[in-house]
Amino acid sequence: MSDDARDVVGDYKAGWHDPETATIRFDSGLSEKVVRDISELKNEPEWMTEIRVKAYHHFVKQPMPTWGNTELLNGINFDAVTYFLRSGNKTEVDWDDVPEDIKRTFDRLGIPDAEQKWLGGVTAQYESEAVYHSIREDLESQGVIFLDMDAGLREHEDIVKEYFCKIVPYQDNKFSALNTAVWSGGSFIYVPKGVKVDMPVQAYFRINAKNMGQFERTLIIVDEGASIHYVEGCTAPAYSTESLHSAVVELIAHKGAHIRYSTVQNWSTNVYNLVTKRAVAHENATVEWVDGNIGSKLTMKYPAVILKGDGAHAEVISVAYSGSGQHQDAGAKVHHLASNTTSSILSKSISKDGGRGSYRGMVTVSKKADNCKVNVVCDALILDDESQSDTYPTMEIANPTCRSEHEASVSKVSDEQVFYLMTRGHTEEEAMALIVNGFFEPFTRELPMEYAVELNKLMAFEMEGSIG
Amino acid sequence: MSQDGVLVIKNLHASIAGEPILRGIDLTLRKGEVHALMGRNGSGKSTLAKVIMGHPDYEVTSGSVTLDEQNLLDMEPWQRARLGVFMSFQYPQAVPGLQVGNFLRKSVQAIRGESAPNAREFRKELNSCMEKLGVEKKFLARYVNDGFSGGEKKRLEILQLMLLQPQLAILDETDSGLDIDALRTVSTGINASVGNAACLIITHYQRILDHVNPDFVHVLIDGKIVASAGPELATKLEEKGYDWLEEGASA
Repeated sequence: MSDDARDVVGDYKAGWHDPETATIRFDSGLSEKVVRDISELKNEPEWMTEIRVKAYHHFVKQPMPTWGNTELLNGINFDAVTYFLRSGNKTEVDWDDVPEDIKRTFDRLGIPDAEQKWLGGVTAQYESEAVYHSIREDLESQGVIFLDMDAGLREHEDIVKEYFCKIVPYQDNKFSALNTAVWSGGSFIYVPKGVKVDMPVQAYFRINAKNMGQFERTLIIVDEGASIHYVEGCTAPAYSTESLHSAVVELIAHKGAHIRYSTVQNWSTNVYNLVTKRAVAHENATVEWVDGNIGSKLTMKYPAVILKGDGAHAEVISVAYSGSGQHQDAGAKVHHLASNTTSSILSKSISKDGGRGSYRGMVTVSKKADNCKVNVVCDALILDDESQSDTYPTMEIANPTCRSEHEASVSKVSDEQVFYLMTRGHTEEEAMALIVNGFFEPFTRELPMEYAVELNKLMAFEMEGSIG
Repeated sequence: MSQDGVLVIKNLHASIAGEPILRGIDLTLRKGEVHALMGRNGSGKSTLAKVIMGHPDYEVTSGSVTLDEQNLLDMEPWQRARLGVFMSFQYPQAVPGLQVGNFLRKSVQAIRGESAPNAREFRKELNSCMEKLGVEKKFLARYVNDGFSGGEKKRLEILQLMLLQPQLAILDETDSGLDIDALRTVSTGINASVGNAACLIITHYQRILDHVNPDFVHVLIDGKIVASAGPELATKLEEKGYDWLEEGASA
């Protein structure tokens, strides 16, 4: 790790970086030419190039959001960002063929180990593109498609064309426009009718280079009565200069389908994490976003579900941890467009050492949607006087038959609680970790066990050396 | 020196926010002894317990507290706990999201250290203690003191006492809010634990002392021990109240 990195990294465990060995690196800065070059390099069909270019112009025209942490947002220097960087020459299917340095990175993060033990498929993205990819044979033989997005476009252009930008149009916001213009990598998943994928599939995103922008694009289509659990994890080295991560994720759950999308985001605290995630749930489908935000400098992310079919269900469970210099502006959006649809939002945030946690949520129920149920709970835990928590809940209910509940709480860790645990032999830091992990428990119990254990370790680690 | 007490308190003065509460406590507890500490509300009983345990709100202005000749006052609460001091709380704190089973296992590991049982032995020990206390298995999956009734909280405190195996057990009004049956079970748990420990029972009532026989009874008035005697003192207090002692104290 270089010295300038160490300055900001503190004790961030994934903060090391490997020497950068790019085979193709674009100059920093964005222009129509960069966008066209990316598309050409990938040999894309013309319609994709056109949509990229349109999105680029939209991005340029669109002003920065005037809400959220505008001060941090306006600090992003788009000209300093590298928009495309290729590290490997192709996506490998055999772990042994992945370039040695990249393999070391993922080995250190424990990815191949996890794949063997508990995953149905893995894709590992390094900078702009996937470097490794695998899927269990039995899933493949049932027609499950799990590819990186570039391969998805090459091999299943018709499906991609049908759904791409349909759930999250590039006009949606400045960052969805940016992603659409320069997207690279991400996951493409199709689960055929009735196929239930019993083990989670995982994508792992790693930014290694300085000033890198990572713009993965994920599209998951789950056909009637099928189900999948998709897990993603993210880390980056802790450079003193900033990186930008701006993803777009589109999910389609057809009639009776079930999608669970779990994220544990642990970017280093120099990363801007500005992500648009949205799902459509058709009749009796269920979409669950399980979203953990631990790292990054600024996160703005509000996983959304559009309940389009009768009886569809949305569940968003999110936790956020904001430490020194961090702002987690996270939440959820649910739109009830059909009758008998239900939604449940649980948001938990912890702020510490001057960190700031915001819950921003929106639930709408349209006029023609009868008998909907809405439940929103947001809890904040503040660990010291320098830290901050705020909530911006919005509910627009246009149908009188809707039953809605909303609860919000803000609490502080009490000295008595800490004292009680200390009298049971736990140091002050251990006591804090027990309290914090307990606060996150409704979230961690929804994660695959390996992730839950990792998250608990991570939080115990965040509590270390933090007691003033 | 082995005839010396487990816990020795000498001329202990302590205050909270500048207000003196303890005004010169002298007390010695030896291994296997049960001491009852009685007195009116506000006399300083709970303060004494918290000062021994190291509550940060209290300032010790003079005096000493040692456990096996080691100065407790220099230690953090968790160090005192690991040395063998246990306090059963009058109002135990809730920790939402922390499961009882997990909490007990972690606490046993922290306090009993290298001699802590392995997972299997722990499970066995736990089952046997829970049986003695009449606690159901599903208790373990609940969150520590979260939504517990008064009786459940006290049972969890005694369950911890049994598993943590301290040298010194301070029980702060463990009997309050318990019905007769609960009191009997909880007392069974206390008796099972005090054999090798010194025990300080803080109480308002004679009735727990019918189940857990004290060797000594002390009366605290205005931060001072004004009377110490055998178990008959508790009976006398039950009959006559504290007034007769108060007159003696102020004289």
